[in-house]
Amino acid sequence: MAYNLVVLVKQVPDTKRITGEAMRDDGTVNRSALPAIFNPEDLHALELALELRERYGGRVTVLTMGPPQACEVLRQSLERGADEAALITDRRAAASDTLATSYILACAVRKAAAEAPVDIVLCGRQAIDGDTAQVPPQTAEKLGWPQITYVDAVEEVAGRRLRAHRRTGAGWERVETSLPCLLTVTDEGPAPRPASAKRLMAVKKARARAEIQMEVGGAMPDASPEVRAAEVDKRAAALATKNLLIKQWTLDDINADPARCGRDGSPTKVKRIQSVVLKGSGFKKVEPTPEAVTSMIHELIEDHTIG
Amino acid sequence: MIEPNRQGDVWVVAEQNDGELHDVGLELLSKGRELADRLGVKLAAVLLGAQVEANAQRLIQHGADRVIAGEHALLAHYQTNPYAKVIAQLIQEHRPQIVLFGATPLGRDLAPRVASTVRAGLTADCTDLDIGEHVEAHSSARYENLLYQIRPAFGGNIIATIVNPERWPQMATVREGVMRMPDADAKRRGEIVRFTPKLKPDDLALKILEHQRTTRKVNLKAARVIVAGGAGVGGKENFRLVWDLASALGAAVGASRAAVDSGWIDKDHQVGQTGTTVRPALYIAVGVSGAVQHRAGMSEAKKIVAVNSDPGAPIFGVAHYGIVGDLNRVLPMMIDAIKKRA
Repeated sequence: MAYNLVVLVKQVPDTKRITGEAMRDDGTVNRSALPAIFNPEDLHALELALELRERYGGRVTVLTMGPPQACEVLRQSLERGADEAALITDRRAAASDTLATSYILACAVRKAAAEAPVDIVLCGRQAIDGDTAQVPPQTAEKLGWPQITYVDAVEEVAGRRLRAHRRTGAGWERVETSLPCLLTVTDEGPAPRPASAKRLMAVKKARARAEIQMEVGGAMPDASPEVRAAEVDKRAAALATKNLLIKQWTLDDINADPARCGRDGSPTKVKRIQSVVLKGSGFKKVEPTPEAVTSMIHELIEDHTIG
Repeated sequence: MIEPNRQGDVWVVAEQNDGELHDVGLELLSKGRELADRLGVKLAAVLLGAQVEANAQRLIQHGADRVIAGEHALLAHYQTNPYAKVIAQLIQEHRPQIVLFGATPLGRDLAPRVASTVRAGLTADCTDLDIGEHVEAHSSARYENLLYQIRPAFGGNIIATIVNPERWPQMATVREGVMRMPDADAKRRGEIVRFTPKLKPDDLALKILEHQRTTRKVNLKAARVIVAGGAGVGGKENFRLVWDLASALGAAVGASRAAVDSGWIDKDHQVGQTGTTVRPALYIAVGVSGAVQHRAGMSEAKKIVAVNSDPGAPIFGVAHYGIVGDLNRVLPMMIDAIKKRA
């Protein structure tokens, strides 16, 4: 039995490589100064989806919400073997918190299900920019589906039943649920495959409409809006015939209520952001000599830190 | 959507696994007590399970005024849907102003499902909570006595303060080990509100086929002194020195993620954002560079000694004593000095 699989992925700033340049003087983060990468655990979710397709047949559709630049993670998904990709992009979705984001993603999953019912949604456990792990369970709740979090392996999908192995922090569980369901996959899930060279060449030119608009704007800066629009249409149509046009959805396309999206739809507000400043040079320098080390140990004994 | 209820209680959702209460619930009671006292409202603990009596008493002894105790055979072993359903119904019925969960794997599975059901805001993995006012930038609307939900974000590079001005309850998950564990007071009295949730077998979306609990072999949270090794230790052999220093001090052994990932030491020893958060009296970091993820788990230690051959290592930024040098020479000196102290 073939399954219709949807993977939710996110493009994130590489927070592990944060440097001084990425911090503004006011303590906020300049996201554009950080390399944008495929959220690491989402790659494990994609890999699990591709393996399930290999085992049982079916289709893998990858969805992401973000600015046009986020198409990069969709292309990387196609390079690794995803069948189809869609970008959800809309200014009204900006500043969405996890509740609003999950609402938008649930609407997008329903949209993806319009052609064929979705059986399994797969997500990475959490994204490295926020580390909240909240969006997948909130998306499952909105869809009214069971969730299995922290999955490291799917043992079997048989008919409408799925069995998975999950980590509970205090051990593990083997659980079974009915489809449709949502899984979150940890970095202990299957190791992501590299992009295939053949696929890489094949999907290199895949673009969403928003990207084509940016490219046309750059290539024809003096052209009139009408001429540019015509060029965008032409390029999009050419890509569509080669199956290289990445779908692009607005909030209207996915039937999302704008009042539940973006700033308006987000109960949480950021009151203040502070950069973590190292106290710096506040420490007592101890020379690596027996005398200095002994004197430090004595100080720690005297102030009852050790004893 | 639920409107703000200024008279609402402060709630702590206490986690129990097969009848055993998780420490984080007790830790949250100390902070919850402080918040409830400042707001002049009651502190309630929510406890669900097949049997709740013994743990309900413990929650009262640790600071709860009231325990809302739901008993049902279908709640014996945790799973998301029935727990989320019962807690969401309780929230809709009682309209608490604050609901806190432990940021454990269980709490992070449950809390978002509940928040989505009641359409409330939820802040993940807080390291501190406070009460304060807030002025909304675009509308100039002013709000008194909101919950400040304080958490690291961006891989620990920033600290964000989050508020939920209008849609309540104000919900947050709070990291384990960052709040003080309150002392039990056996004389403390409180109210236990028992109820039987309406659940049917269909509410169990999952069938738990098999489960195993692995007990942690090391208890870093309880350790007064921790000696932790990082990538700079260089190998499993050299880690021997870290163990030797720990044994001389009667300390527990910790590790950075890099050391764990290299296979030099078991994951149970990992300190940091994805490991354990510790606040010992003394933390000796050996060959630990001090990535933000690691510092997030240990910077609250009272005294920090850093040993590293790289003078530019970020760990020195949080250290009280810094030794720039080769750990193969420095650690034997330390062990020697400790053994000679008497």
